[in-house]
Amino acid sequence: MRRFTSRSKRWVGLAVVLGAGLLLAACSAENNGQNSLKPKGPAAQKIDNLFTPIFFISVAVGVLVLGAVVVFAVRFRYRAGKNENPKQIHGSTPLEIGWTIVPALILAVIAVPTIITIFDLHKEPTGDVLNVTVVGKQWWWEFKYPKEKVVTADELVIPAGRTVRVNLQACDESLPNKCNVIHSFWVPELNGKTDVVPGRNNFTTIEADKPGTYLGQCAEYCGLSHANMRFRVIAKEPSEFDRWVGEQQQGPAVPLQVGTGADTKPAGPAQDLISTKFQCTNCHSLSDSKVSSYGPNLTHLASRTTFASGYYELTRDKLVEWVHNAPGLIPMQSKACREAGEPAAGKCVGMPSFSRDTPAGQPTMTEQEAGQIADYLLQLK
Amino acid sequence: MTTDQVAVPSEHDVVEAGHDAPATGMGVSNTKLAMWLFLSSDCLFFGAFISAYLFYRGRPQPGPHPVDVYNIPFTSVTSFILLMSSLTMVLALAAIMRGDYRRLRVWLLATALFGATFIGGQVFEFTEFYRQGFTLSKNLSGSTFFVLTGLHGAHVTAGIIWLLSLWGLAVQGRLTSRDSERVEIAGLYWHFVDVVWIVIFTVVYLIPK
Amino acid sequence: MTTVSDTVRAPARRLRVLRRPRATTGFWSWFTTIDHKKIGIMYGTTALTFFVIGGVEALLLRLQLAGPNGTLLTAAQYNELFTMHGTTMIFLMGMPLAVAFGNYLIPLQIGARDVAFPRLNAFGYWGFLMGGLFIYSSFFIGGSAPNGGWFGYTPLTSTPLGRGFLPGHGADFWAVGIVMLGIASTTSAINFIVTVLQLRAPGMTFMRMPVFTWMMLVTAFLTLFAMPIVTAALIMVYFDRNMGTNFFQPAAGADPLLYQNLFWLFGHPEVYILILPGMGIVSEVLPVFSRKPLFGYPVVVFSGIAIGFIGWGVWAHHMFATGLGPVAISAFALSTMIIAVPTGVKIFNWLATVWRGAVRLKTAMLFALGFIAMFTLGGLSGVLHSVVPADTQQTDTYFVVAHFHYVLFGGLVFGLFSGFYYWFPKLYGRFLDERLGKFNFWTMLLGFNLTFFPMHFVGLLGMPRRTYRYDTGLGWDFLNQLETIGAFVIALSVLAFIVNVMVSRRHGQVSGDDPWDARTLEWTTPSPPPMYNFAEIPQVEARDDFWHHKYTEDETGHAVRLPSGAAVAVEERPAGGDGGGEHGGEEHGDGHGIHMPSPSYFPFVVALGLPILGYAAVFQAVWLVPIGALVLLFGMYAWGIEPQTEP
Repeated sequence: MRRFTSRSKRWVGLAVVLGAGLLLAACSAENNGQNSLKPKGPAAQKIDNLFTPIFFISVAVGVLVLGAVVVFAVRFRYRAGKNENPKQIHGSTPLEIGWTIVPALILAVIAVPTIITIFDLHKEPTGDVLNVTVVGKQWWWEFKYPKEKVVTADELVIPAGRTVRVNLQACDESLPNKCNVIHSFWVPELNGKTDVVPGRNNFTTIEADKPGTYLGQCAEYCGLSHANMRFRVIAKEPSEFDRWVGEQQQGPAVPLQVGTGADTKPAGPAQDLISTKFQCTNCHSLSDSKVSSYGPNLTHLASRTTFASGYYELTRDKLVEWVHNAPGLIPMQSKACREAGEPAAGKCVGMPSFSRDTPAGQPTMTEQEAGQIADYLLQLK
Repeated sequence: MTTDQVAVPSEHDVVEAGHDAPATGMGVSNTKLAMWLFLSSDCLFFGAFISAYLFYRGRPQPGPHPVDVYNIPFTSVTSFILLMSSLTMVLALAAIMRGDYRRLRVWLLATALFGATFIGGQVFEFTEFYRQGFTLSKNLSGSTFFVLTGLHGAHVTAGIIWLLSLWGLAVQGRLTSRDSERVEIAGLYWHFVDVVWIVIFTVVYLIPK
Repeated sequence: MTTVSDTVRAPARRLRVLRRPRATTGFWSWFTTIDHKKIGIMYGTTALTFFVIGGVEALLLRLQLAGPNGTLLTAAQYNELFTMHGTTMIFLMGMPLAVAFGNYLIPLQIGARDVAFPRLNAFGYWGFLMGGLFIYSSFFIGGSAPNGGWFGYTPLTSTPLGRGFLPGHGADFWAVGIVMLGIASTTSAINFIVTVLQLRAPGMTFMRMPVFTWMMLVTAFLTLFAMPIVTAALIMVYFDRNMGTNFFQPAAGADPLLYQNLFWLFGHPEVYILILPGMGIVSEVLPVFSRKPLFGYPVVVFSGIAIGFIGWGVWAHHMFATGLGPVAISAFALSTMIIAVPTGVKIFNWLATVWRGAVRLKTAMLFALGFIAMFTLGGLSGVLHSVVPADTQQTDTYFVVAHFHYVLFGGLVFGLFSGFYYWFPKLYGRFLDERLGKFNFWTMLLGFNLTFFPMHFVGLLGMPRRTYRYDTGLGWDFLNQLETIGAFVIALSVLAFIVNVMVSRRHGQVSGDDPWDARTLEWTTPSPPPMYNFAEIPQVEARDDFWHHKYTEDETGHAVRLPSGAAVAVEERPAGGDGGGEHGGEEHGDGHGIHMPSPSYFPFVVALGLPILGYAAVFQAVWLVPIGALVLLFGMYAWGIEPQTEP
């Protein structure tokens, strides 16, 4: 009986350690670009250094308790005529003191590095820091480079090896209600999450050790399409980053309009569809990469690899589908938008469909028109 | 919360055991204990609104601000009347305990009337504030002020209805000295509402900065 | 013999608004009953119904997530379902099920004939039912069920309907409905506290009270102080949405974190409101099935009280990512670590109770042991959350979903199921079937771990919670598939339980009065107990009084059966039990001469006023206000002048 018990104890312990260890190993092996166990920058590394040992302390405690439950249940099970009237043990003061103090000590040991790391991660970054303002909107991310005077969306381009101070905003003049709801900015491989709270000036820092693509996602429930509110951080070599900034500061590769003053008119048939027939320009800026707009700034759309909150790869097919009927790809609350004829001061959220539920008096977009618009957008390198 | 107003005659009879074992109760009646518990709960209810008011006080916001519209002398008078109603409440309880039903009716009615005067003052005050542009949706102060004081007013109004129904029973002669606890419990509620007003008046009106 | 006291007098000329109901059996008696045991069963049945509804919602959520880019549900439907799943399981299942146990058992455990306020008790139930039906009616009217998440963060929920953040009246239903449920649970909390403080049988001192009653007392105090805070927060949300106030409107300079502070100041005690009853149940079950007293009774009680106190100082650990600043965050990290200590102490005491016991692995005991194991895992992932930097990676991901399901499912639900199997014979005089029970336990343990264990890892792999779909290629597909399979295993387990209850209620093995050779007063009554519970109010001389009537200890400390108790080994006890000891059934009086409170319509009538006012609030239908107010006031007035007991 005793042998069985100690063997079963060993089995349970082994199974739990193996299970947890294997899964953890599997998870840290997973290169999905969004893995909190695969730190790719100093902040995430500090968190991981803290998490891993404490995780294994927890596993050890868990194994002990689970093992005790199983062993006690088997070892002390009821046997008629043998132990049916066990010794009535009411308690033990030394034991009570012991199992109050030991966990308290373990926790004290955990607390010290925890608090050190908290203060470390909250430090205002110094030195050669790139400042970026991130605005959380329903349901996409806008990235503004205040010094460089560049506004972009869905993809946050940063120089590798340089600290980026991310200023998190949910209030912006381009928003119909002035302020948006709470979002949470999270790039697991670069840092933990920080909420984007309207009315507060939260910030976080990210830094990528090497060039690469790191996935991020909104982590605070923000309404209908919260699940789709993704983005990616693209770290480039510093020289490439500088070149990228230079390109972004340019005007559109193919102009939207020609002429000046009263003589301005669309520069071509696609531009005519965009600015006149479907009035995309009500919500999107296509000719000025320095300004925020209600929808993402599209002046350099074609320089990105993804679109629609980073949910889709930027391909012609997807883009056509999107222009034609965006709510078919990502759910929106946008029916009221086109009825009001503009971003409709707070009446709607998101991009309307141009092919479904078209309000009376508004034109319906054909597949061909969508193609024309997409082709134009794809030229906006 | 209003269910507590219908506190019934003490119901501890179900457990009265005829043994001489150690007593296990708390030495108060069930109903009174329940009222104390309810009031302690209600403290946190008001506490949340008072916290919200304090939390937002001094934040930049468009005017008019509370200080611009307050009429401290007027509110002081209505506050004094509400405080006086606590006195008449005590007198009503004293009256029923010694079986003086005429004075009981007088003091119950007086308490309710003082309360009603306070509510009248609050209605007047709110109207006046609205006329001067200090409204529920004007700014943070407006939101926190009106909801806090309005909910207090609702408590007072519930108290008035309670007192009037007791008065009605008293007039019919169905409130006798054996029922003094019913008056006492209504009194607990009434004094609580008064004390809350003292806090609100001090925090919201007298230290408005 | 106790008789009705003199405080209830027959009024000379009482206003007869409705004829006093008299029936204590039959369909209509359920609407007028004020018997704490009947009300307990009503609470239980209703809450279990909501448990099934919330479970079906969970299955739909899991089906949607079974594979990447699921299309079973739309985003809007998914958001409604996860909001309602959380709201249901917390407010309509967890809290009322604990109240169900409390209702049935507290008077029995302390040797009382009823709760202190039987009619208020009935009102609490009807208020809960009305609140639940009210919230669920939003699926049919108002455009949308609640869809802002169970904690309904502002400004998402508080922004007026016309401004587009959330479609439909869901958030209004949610805010008003929870206020309604708050009124109901506050009344039941007051009732429990007064009952425990005032109605204990002679000799039932505080340190002789069963641990379940103790934990319900702590829970009641937490409810009493937590509900008004969330009520206030939700009134602010309601006013923001409907009356144009600016409590949480950032554009007016407000700080949405005010809401989070208020909500979690309620929300964290709420977690303990949910788990403490479960802890109480296993503290009853473990000693009985180990045939040993609870190890360290005073320590278990005081650590429960300590949890109740410290529970108020940890709320901001739900807000570690909101930017509170390092000082505040460190303080809350420390308080969160501190609360792990009394929790750990409880676990060690439970283990020590089992140690060297005579463990009968009945289903009730299996669930109690499962509780210790699963709750420990939940507690440990909780400690990981107190490590704030790690928490910023884990919060709002599936890691947190795993954590709180280990606490609330592995903890609370396992505890409740343990309680079902343990006390069912007391309710119906019959056992729940053990074979189905064991199937119930093992499938639940398997399904539970299959569902929630992988969530830890899917969360660490970067999957945020509350997402209606996820893209493929992120390494989440397989783990999510496992979770969905697990969810259906749980469903199978719950189905087995329902079948078990249905069948065993009428055809189960007859259990007798004290089938488990138990320790506390409820087992001295017949099964099911008569309306008046105790023919004679018991005199309590010790903790585990009933046990000491059956057993004494020899010089080595081993239990020895007293001669009056049958010396038959428990396992071999014949079906039907012997009733055990001198409190056996035969000696009960016939209950004549015991006056119990009479049934009443008015708790139901008063509760009926609540949803009427609720609809008036949601749809701003001013014309409904006087109707609701009239029903409410009429009910309260009639209640007020109606005597407790009909002469």
